Amino acid sequence: MRFGIVRFPASNCEQDVAHAVTYLGHDYTYIWHQDTDLQGVDAVVLPGGFSYGDYLRCGAVARFSPIMGEVQRFADGGRPVLGICNGFQILTEAHLLEGALLRNRGLKFICRDVPLTVEASCDWLDLPKGTQISLPINHNEGNFVCDADVLERLRANDQVILRYAGEAPNGALDNIAGICNEKRNVFGLMPHPERVVDPLSGNTDGQSFFTAIAAMMQEIGA
Amino acid sequence: MARYDIYVTYREGIFDPAGATASRALGQMGYDSVKSVQIGKFIQLEADAELAEVTEMCEKLLANPVIEDYRIVPVEEA
Repeated sequence: MRFGIVRFPASNCEQDVAHAVTYLGHDYTYIWHQDTDLQGVDAVVLPGGFSYGDYLRCGAVARFSPIMGEVQRFADGGRPVLGICNGFQILTEAHLLEGALLRNRGLKFICRDVPLTVEASCDWLDLPKGTQISLPINHNEGNFVCDADVLERLRANDQVILRYAGEAPNGALDNIAGICNEKRNVFGLMPHPERVVDPLSGNTDGQSFFTAIAAMMQEIGA
Repeated sequence: MARYDIYVTYREGIFDPAGATASRALGQMGYDSVKSVQIGKFIQLEADAELAEVTEMCEKLLANPVIEDYRIVPVEEA
């Protein structure tokens, strides 16, 4: 399958995503944020980075890039969209996912591996509930918040896909590290699965994020 | 040309870690009178726009209503 990786000014993890999907035997296309055509890709990834210098709020300006109208239509059509780190922030700013990501509670940029628990499945991740994995985080604004009624809905619909095991390093509400939308095709997470796909990195826990979507696409004949 | 001063702060119930840190620091410095500190953004906007349009700009971009409140103050040019 072919992944479309959107590049915004100051995206910096697009090559990691490209390497990850290539390693797993898939193709990719970089899509410039000023484009208005997703070029027939099977899935869209908004990679990590510091789009527009994180000015105003992380993801706030990127959300209005010309390509985002197409990403919105793609997502509305039930097609798979993944937002990693800054990509997650962009998806919440675009209201494709609920809540928002605030500055880390401890006011520090955090860059380390964290233990995570799989809480539910979505189009992008299909591991048994309770599976423990380890992924790197690398962010200053990963403190997830949302209103109480939104949190209740996220829980009731099993939209919380990943939680930090133990104490959330960034102060995230309910230890939330990743959520999906109601249709389960749009998934956003703060950790970076793309960095731990190639065994060279010493960890392959990120592989399942890309193999699940590939298996699902194959199943529906895309 | 109209000028607007826009104040953006976190909504009630949203923890402001920078404000809390500054508040704690003031307490440690002996300013026992400090109850709380809220740190937000101040935006000066110059535009040929009515208040309704500036409100739209706040709703769409300048503030994130999920986490922030905003207050728009039209400024009389001297």
